[in-house]
Amino acid sequence: MSRPEPKIRKTFAAAAQMKKLMADHFLALDAAKREGKPKVAWCTSVGPAELLRAMGFLVYYPENHGALLGATRMATDYIPVANSIGYSPDICSYLTSDVGAYLKGVTPLTKAYGLQSIPEADVLVYNTNQCRDVQDWFAFYAREWNVPLLGVHTHRNIKAVEDYHIADLAAQMKAMVPTLEEVSGNRFDIDKLREVVGLSLECTKLWRQVLECGAAKPAPLTFFDATIHMAPAVVLRGLPEAVEYYKVLLKELQERIENKVAAVEGERHRIYWDGMPIWGKLRDLSDQFSSLRTNIVASTYCNSWIFDAFDPASPFESMARGYAELFIVRDESYKEAYMDQWIKDFSVDGVIFHDSRTCPNNSNSRYCMPQRMSDRLNVPALVINGDLNDLRCYSEEQTRTNIEAFIEQLDERRS
Amino acid sequence: MSRKFAGGVDVGSCTTKAMIIDGERRLLASRVIYSGTDFHAASLQAWEECLDGAGVSNGDVTSIVSTGYGRKSVSFATSSLTEISCHGRGCLYFFPGPITVVDIGGQDNKIIKLDAKGQRVSFKMNRKCAAGTGAFLEEMALRLRLPMEQLDDLARTADGEVALGSYCTVFSATEVLEKIKAGHPVPRIVRGLFHSVVKRILEMDTLTDTVVLTGGVIEHNPFLAELIKEETGTPVQIPPHPQVTGALGAALYALDA
Repeated sequence: MSRPEPKIRKTFAAAAQMKKLMADHFLALDAAKREGKPKVAWCTSVGPAELLRAMGFLVYYPENHGALLGATRMATDYIPVANSIGYSPDICSYLTSDVGAYLKGVTPLTKAYGLQSIPEADVLVYNTNQCRDVQDWFAFYAREWNVPLLGVHTHRNIKAVEDYHIADLAAQMKAMVPTLEEVSGNRFDIDKLREVVGLSLECTKLWRQVLECGAAKPAPLTFFDATIHMAPAVVLRGLPEAVEYYKVLLKELQERIENKVAAVEGERHRIYWDGMPIWGKLRDLSDQFSSLRTNIVASTYCNSWIFDAFDPASPFESMARGYAELFIVRDESYKEAYMDQWIKDFSVDGVIFHDSRTCPNNSNSRYCMPQRMSDRLNVPALVINGDLNDLRCYSEEQTRTNIEAFIEQLDERRS
Repeated sequence: MSRKFAGGVDVGSCTTKAMIIDGERRLLASRVIYSGTDFHAASLQAWEECLDGAGVSNGDVTSIVSTGYGRKSVSFATSSLTEISCHGRGCLYFFPGPITVVDIGGQDNKIIKLDAKGQRVSFKMNRKCAAGTGAFLEEMALRLRLPMEQLDDLARTADGEVALGSYCTVFSATEVLEKIKAGHPVPRIVRGLFHSVVKRILEMDTLTDTVVLTGGVIEHNPFLAELIKEETGTPVQIPPHPQVTGALGAALYALDA
């Protein structure tokens, strides 16, 4: 009950290396646009990036840009711009903030990396495994720049990934090859694709190990660390740099575990976070949880870049499986079993569901899941209302009080 | 040996409440004042008036817990806790668990479930919307040009009710104007507004076991309790002074410290 002192979570030495990797990524994209080669493909964060890399494209991820707009708190200023041309305030605020910023000619990449504008796409490739909004988002830019728009249309609410899913999805990816050859000017090479899928597999295995470090007591990393350190798994998977990066980070984490170094000093409670991060409030929330000596040790969101199925021996089919096995595209029974397992494995005391106003696909609290989970696992659950990017949907004081009251409840259960 | 005293200060968005109890958990004094724009000043004023009322000097109070929206503004508090914990604790002083506490505040509503041991099982706050809170009734009173203190009597004595369907406070205001234009009597409209508050609460969570109502809205509009009882069929209780339940809970926590 004592007055909590503000505590800052510990930083990672590896972070400097990641900053350089991200800078190199954006500067290479910028140089490519100036020089006209290599061609730039836009890809959704869980889209078929390996195919694009194998075809020689540099790959740009607008969701990463959306997260940057959110984290820099620029998003809420530009969402209304997209609203004014007809994009509803109720649809994905990555889409609306990104389109709004584009229409105003601004990007957080200017301040961060010196880029004057986002790198224009030569081709746009989406996968609807996460939502339909990505399709409409990319369609805006396809119309704007008159460039090809390709998409994988993934089945929804998948209970178990079946052979017919794989056959369909692999065929959709193969059907993209002629257009990608035409835009890139490169011939498709199956061996190159095998190599890229192999590197993505290595990256994803390491990323899984990084996240699994959170099971240690005390946990050596937090959800807030993971939302930052996941960047290479999102934008650099398929490249050796990502693999090398996660080897360095994993080593640092293992040292922390060995030396019992806690990411949150005096860790008392361990939380599972379901749903999107609230990008513009990461620092505030991180500070609040640290002050409450509570660590968010696992999350659905950061696990989204674990693709166990990748297999260089059957690149198209394994990509199809990897991208269809994702949590977000699965049915409710799968999702519940998945979360139950992580909650048990990570010794979780409580679950926080973020009901993100503009991201229904990533908000799992809307069909009574928290209540079922609490009854089943005897783990308290809290739902907080907010949004990934639109801070107009977020109430600072309501959220802070909800979180504080939830931790008081966990304290009471323990006493 | 000198007597032991403890205090609670609940800084809400509309009013600030203070409470002093003694070591035997006896309620000595309480105060309610408007919070205004300076939460620290309001908390200080409420606390000093409460000390006067109790005839206790500040030095005799061993611990003070602050709570409520402005809990971090109470510089003289020993520690702070959320109003969720404090309303629950305050209600348990009068009624044993299991209970469901419904706190209708100036800008937010809370439903807090406590089990037979008094331990919190779950809680919910309203979403980022003031529909169904005190702010809703204030806005409607303004639209109807009625003093707030008349609402309860008007709703209670109404010979019928005008149903209001809007969720949003602004849309409700428009709907109320339409009802006036259509010639509906004001008391029936007010009763419809009260029902609207009840509907907003009932959609937040299930009301189980004994329902205990707290907060300033109930203090000044006890007819709401009758409507809730009518809607749910569950036993409904109101503590003697429901507006200061949070401050009482805070004082009880302070006594533990």
